[in-house]
Amino acid sequence: MEKNWWKILASVLVLYSIIAGFLGEVPHLPILHESIRNLYFHVPMWFTMIILYLVSVIYSIKYLGSNNENHDLLAVECVNAGIIFGFLGLATGMIWGNFTWGSPWPNDPKMNSAAIATLMYLAYIILRNSLEEEQKRARISAVYNIFAFPVMIVLLFILPRMTDSLHPGNGGNPGFSSYDLDKNMRMVFYPACIGWILMGVWIATIRFRIRKLENKQHY
Amino acid sequence: MKGFFVTLLLLIFAASTRAQSVEMADTLRGSGKIYVVVAVISVILIALILYLFSIDRRVKKMEKRD
Repeated sequence: MEKNWWKILASVLVLYSIIAGFLGEVPHLPILHESIRNLYFHVPMWFTMIILYLVSVIYSIKYLGSNNENHDLLAVECVNAGIIFGFLGLATGMIWGNFTWGSPWPNDPKMNSAAIATLMYLAYIILRNSLEEEQKRARISAVYNIFAFPVMIVLLFILPRMTDSLHPGNGGNPGFSSYDLDKNMRMVFYPACIGWILMGVWIATIRFRIRKLENKQHY
Repeated sequence: MKGFFVTLLLLIFAASTRAQSVEMADTLRGSGKIYVVVAVISVILIALILYLFSIDRRVKKMEKRD
């Protein structure tokens, strides 16, 4: 149990973000109305995805140096979990966009970028599964992952800022403060992000441990 | 001149009423029904978290057997 403290922390933070997210005070803005609360749920999905991809690329680099099979397995399971959160981000964004922007897919540059980034990581999984020999598979997918990560960052954080985007904080040179976040919202938003990131890492580690057990059974 | 001030006043009035009348789910909150929604979502989330813990325990058991 002493090693599980962060899992309990994750549960408490996510639970808090839902209760405070529904009951807390939010700014009264036109168009958004109550849907501004989606910020507590939609945005953490993306942050979780990015952190999982970051962990994955770190372990891919480690793998190339160490040739340790476990590093490769952790890298792939982080991507597997990250893709789930990416799809959750896309789906929640489409619902939110449908009611505030008038269309589930208004061809917003950030949306298109996010879709491309998700496809890129799906390609990683397909590439991995298409290679039979284990060492080769691990090495090639690690190299692909190292290339994919910076492209994902450029797609999500640089390209949308160079044009106009419906997403807040894009188009121009935004800081984080350009989100319409007041003090009340920050008190919910940051714990929600930390909670969901820990949740994502937790799910990825469970998948990694199962994968390790499966691997052992094969030999 | 008088017309200008009247228009200005009307504009300020219009702007202020618009700022105040952003529609929020006040009735849902006022009637207390929002707590029902929060309770339902909390139950779902707690169940999922407990399920995740049970999966975690099961994996741990398998790791120990190994």
